[in-house]
Amino acid sequence: MQAPMQMRSLAFRREREATWRELEDLIAVADKKGVQTLGAESLTRLPHLYRATLSSLSVARSISLDRALVEYLENLVGRAYFVVYGTRQRLWRQMKDFFGWKLPSTVRAAKWHFLISLLLTAAAAIAAYKLTMSDMDYYYSFVGDMAQGRTPASSTAELHDGLYKTESGSGMLAHFAASLFSHNSRIAILAFATGFVAGLPTIFLLFYNGLVLGAFVALYTSRGLGVDLWAWLLPHGVTELSAVMLCGAAGLLLAHGLVFPGSRLRLDSLRERGRAASIIVIGGVLMLFIAGGIEGIFRQTVTSVPIRFAVAGTTAAWWIFYFGFVGRARDRAEREAAALAALPRRAKKLMPELAPETSGSLEVAR
Amino acid sequence: MTSKLSLESLRRTEDPKWIREIITPEGIPVRFTLARAGDRAGAFLLDCLIQFGLLIAVWMAVFFGIGSASGTWLTAIIVILSFLLRHFYFVFFEVRWQGATPGKRKVGIRVIDARGGQLETSAVLARNLIRELEVWTSLQFLLARQLLWPNAPAWASVIAAAWGVVFLFFPLFNKDRLRIGDMIAGTRVVLQPKVVLVPDLVDEAKAAPPWVNPLTAQTFTFTDEQLSIYGIYELQVLEALLRSDSANVGHYDALRTVCDKVRMKIRYEGEIRDVDRFLRDFYAAQRAHLEKKMVFGQRREDKFARK
Repeated sequence: MQAPMQMRSLAFRREREATWRELEDLIAVADKKGVQTLGAESLTRLPHLYRATLSSLSVARSISLDRALVEYLENLVGRAYFVVYGTRQRLWRQMKDFFGWKLPSTVRAAKWHFLISLLLTAAAAIAAYKLTMSDMDYYYSFVGDMAQGRTPASSTAELHDGLYKTESGSGMLAHFAASLFSHNSRIAILAFATGFVAGLPTIFLLFYNGLVLGAFVALYTSRGLGVDLWAWLLPHGVTELSAVMLCGAAGLLLAHGLVFPGSRLRLDSLRERGRAASIIVIGGVLMLFIAGGIEGIFRQTVTSVPIRFAVAGTTAAWWIFYFGFVGRARDRAEREAAALAALPRRAKKLMPELAPETSGSLEVAR
Repeated sequence: MTSKLSLESLRRTEDPKWIREIITPEGIPVRFTLARAGDRAGAFLLDCLIQFGLLIAVWMAVFFGIGSASGTWLTAIIVILSFLLRHFYFVFFEVRWQGATPGKRKVGIRVIDARGGQLETSAVLARNLIRELEVWTSLQFLLARQLLWPNAPAWASVIAAAWGVVFLFFPLFNKDRLRIGDMIAGTRVVLQPKVVLVPDLVDEAKAAPPWVNPLTAQTFTFTDEQLSIYGIYELQVLEALLRSDSANVGHYDALRTVCDKVRMKIRYEGEIRDVDRFLRDFYAAQRAHLEKKMVFGQRREDKFARK
């Protein structure tokens, strides 16, 4: 009988088994109670154990014919992989990253899509405005019956009161704002998601949104309430309309990735644009949240036209600043890092101080 | 013919069609099995139930805990909380639990990045925001068309129904079982691997199985010639047989059948009193032989491979 003691695979297993078991135990704890519960020591052990087990798997694949062993290692590595490469950062740190850089930067990168979205809304609004001004009956076809008593049939006084009515302290409005917010954000999320259908519904939604806006403006302007309407609309409207247009831009981005993948594989391009688009949508939904707040609280309590315009101007300035300028420094840094990564390996060897740490991906962030 | 049946089942433990290899950032391929459609649907239903339960709990808490004194503000809070629950339940858990939600965890499946990188938050967001379109809108289109557009013309109904069917059953129509959200986010849903390390058969071989009479115990030796007949495939089928539960009906028959086959094939002349022992010894010898060959770069895949 060939002495089994000499089998390399057996010796290999005996030598490494303790490491695997240790990793297995760590993973079990991490899976059950969360990675955060692992102590500092375990957390530093984890990447080492993971790498060691990964190398064990490589070795086992080349020297061992024990299928149970290879399968065990594959599964263990698979499990450990989730823990080591799962989404890792602390939530607050991710938030900081997201709002301080990722969101404005992604929006900047999609500026053309946003512009198209803006143009679509504007074109629809202008068209609806002109049409409604020429014949008020168009109002019904654009807005429908949903505009709670704000139709050409209402008297000018009613319309005026609608803009200046205050219901101080009443939660009615908060409720209205909240449901409006959740309705709006559903529409916004849909505007993004329907980008997957080549963006046609997205375009339709944007256009429709513009039509309603144009018809509204036409109705109030025709009664000489133009300025009052803008004062009523813009404080929350700046935020709300930009949010809807942003979500539209996200949908267009998705459609772009799908229909015009360029030199990349369609799936790759879809993935990249889809992720960017979803970031924009989250930004849009949060903006709708803010808009809902302004609408529910501020607008119903402040009726002074100058103050309303001041608030509108401030929000506009804020969003332009935020999406235009926040995180630009990080943008530059990322671009430089990407350029470095694209450098040929030889150049990095010559100038090692330029090369970024490549093993950084394994680091378990604390 | 129980033995024959059990032998057949030992041949393949998993369908390679559903196995996906990802390359870890360290450059080592790791294999995952795609989650079955049923598992995913089950996990989703579970998550929906949990969401629903949470929603009711929130309502209860708001109505009974805080009271309805300032009624409508609370309604606003409820609306907002429901919204957050609906859209961010999945996102929250998939971010915190490395690609699992309570339902997924219960069923034993997980979300991974299709390329093997870290599961990014943006990917989690993308795959879950699309759910709105994919599941809820589709369900509406399928089941509640009349609500959305009363008296819709026939063609609109047909289109809506087709939309609903295509989106809802999309995972069944592609080889990676991708939901549209997975496609956009670049993620896969895979089975959570089970990690069990069983003892090495060669190590184990030294301990005789309990039912063997010590008097009849034998050890077997094989010549190099006898060991150069079978390949890796046969070795691993034998491994599966030896590892299969000995309490199974037909286990002993299977051992017997295989033992006879092996004996004929390798022309083993000696007497075999202990079938199990014979196969274990043969396994150990065969594995040692094949592994030694492998060191020299000769991988013999199965008995049909050229020598």
